[in-house]
Amino acid sequence: MNDMTGNSDIAFPALRSDRFRLERESDWIRLEEIVTKMEKGKARKLSDEDVLALPTLYRTLLSSLSIARENSLDAGLTDYLEGLALRSYFLVYGTQTSFGGWLKDFLGGGWSRAVRAIQLDIWIALSVMIAGALIGYILVAGDSDWFYALVPGNFADVRVPGATEEALRGTLFGGQEQDGLGVFAAFLFSNNAQVAILAFALGFAFAIPSILLLIHNMALLGAMLWVFAQRGLTADFVGWLSIHGTTELFAILLAGAAGIHVGRSLAFPGAKSHLQAASDAGKRAALVMVGVIIMLICAGLLEGFARQLIDNSIGRYAVGGAMLLLWLIYFIGFGRKVGAGR
Amino acid sequence: MSRAKIAVAGLPVRHSKLDRVMISPEGVPLNISVASAGARAGALLLDIVIILALIIGVTLAGIFAIWGFGSAFGQSLESAEGPLSVLMVFWIIAIFLFRNAYFLYFELGDRAATWGKRVTGIRVAARDGGRLTAEAVIARNIVRDIELFLPLMFLSSGEVSGTMSDFTAWAGFIWVLMFLLFPLFNKDRLRCGDLIAGTWVINNVKPKLGNLVAPSVPEQGNASATAGRYVFSDQELSVYGEYELQTLEKVLRSGTDEALDTVAASICAKIGWEPGSGDERIFLEAYYTALRAKLERGMRFGKRRKDKFSQTE
Repeated sequence: MNDMTGNSDIAFPALRSDRFRLERESDWIRLEEIVTKMEKGKARKLSDEDVLALPTLYRTLLSSLSIARENSLDAGLTDYLEGLALRSYFLVYGTQTSFGGWLKDFLGGGWSRAVRAIQLDIWIALSVMIAGALIGYILVAGDSDWFYALVPGNFADVRVPGATEEALRGTLFGGQEQDGLGVFAAFLFSNNAQVAILAFALGFAFAIPSILLLIHNMALLGAMLWVFAQRGLTADFVGWLSIHGTTELFAILLAGAAGIHVGRSLAFPGAKSHLQAASDAGKRAALVMVGVIIMLICAGLLEGFARQLIDNSIGRYAVGGAMLLLWLIYFIGFGRKVGAGR
Repeated sequence: MSRAKIAVAGLPVRHSKLDRVMISPEGVPLNISVASAGARAGALLLDIVIILALIIGVTLAGIFAIWGFGSAFGQSLESAEGPLSVLMVFWIIAIFLFRNAYFLYFELGDRAATWGKRVTGIRVAARDGGRLTAEAVIARNIVRDIELFLPLMFLSSGEVSGTMSDFTAWAGFIWVLMFLLFPLFNKDRLRCGDLIAGTWVINNVKPKLGNLVAPSVPEQGNASATAGRYVFSDQELSVYGEYELQTLEKVLRSGTDEALDTVAASICAKIGWEPGSGDERIFLEAYYTALRAKLERGMRFGKRRKDKFSQTE
């Protein structure tokens, strides 16, 4: 190795491919320095010139690589160029938007476009959910023992078939003395978000588990509804539910629809390949899912605070209805113009 | 450009089963290699350990905060309802974020790799060679929930409460295995999440730019006195191909003196020269340069010779 002196002493090397290398290597080394800095997360320390030079240097490198592959048998050199090309490729075509920029784009139309793109699946999920609630209601109406099969123990403290009107009314109103509303909201959010993620992720198995999960959750709701309807509390129960439920059920609807969307495109990819269809659907559904998480944060806050603080059915209907209207306006109306260009 | 040519020109030793070519948007094929299952598993284990450590750390910090609050104000925990609930909120949100946002945050960065992936030298990339989008990263990590956390929680919670029957335990176990082993059953080592998101995980490469292989040899034709000692005939140069040239390159770049001796001796035997002694490196550099000049000349006219057994194409 010792007699391999630095390159600068060699005025005129024997091989054409070595001369090719010496002419360009300063550009490569500059690119490598920029890339190394960026990979270490020090992109902000780069000078403006370096940032502007990156795309040009990258393209120069790619052409060098193409030439080297056809003209040079220096394996070390081609290896180096291959590696550097790949590294700078990832930076030039990396995730370029900042998180803030992405979020702006997402809220400014990306989300509503994604929701509109899975419209068909939303209708499927909606009909599945309605069917689930009906099944729950009808089953319990037919034989109230079904209630205990559908509703897990921790929900069914006093809300059981045959409970008195007073006891049921007590679960709907008069919770405002409760402490720790914030904890409750955070817990509800974390729990619901995990259920929503599950509903989406299970879509992977051709959407069937997603549908089952939706049916099960809605059957629980239907069974509850029957219990309250028996004591003439239907309107109050729906109000109690709707203040956060319009947001939460909408979110779960979207999560289930996203799962169904992925499962459906895996099962019926159409003209695309299975892999292509799956990844297209997956990306669209992922956008919807980020939105679902945001909606569930809202729902958690509404459920934890607003429901306990607003103690009458009219107020609850007003808040729930307003939230529903807000979501619908956003999903149907937002980001239309930009959407046309996409 | 055909796949075979690239392999000859560039890449010495790789697990050829995991080698792929990705076409960059400029139309240049880039050689990549898919990360092995071992590297993936190692990265995942590290990440799980890190997440657990973060969770334990935050929990301990919370406990200390409560304890500190209690001793500072001399209050029992029951009466410290307000600050306690604020802490609880933070704790629940922190756990949710660790579980769901850890992977997201790091894979959205410039290196597209979590700490575990960085240690094992792998990264996430878009399968089609395009930009790795935020949507793709989100999709691949949301699916992680059913692959990993759900069965883990399912198994551990059943274990703790003792309600798990043998059947459910086995069902959970098979579920975990199905997802964990999924990458082994496809050639690109795709996880279910990768499948949905259109991503894959590949090896990071970082080769250094070495020096010129044979810097001491001047251009043929205006040869100076020392290096001009070695002049090879066309026949003496036509015994080897590209494979041998690149083996010689490796020896010249990093070989010991002994290796140089051996190689010089075997080349001399092959071309029928008397092996000299003392200046093996100069001899080898001269031979290397002459051979490479010949092969590269052929290359420019579209004639390539893979190794000593093959004839010029």
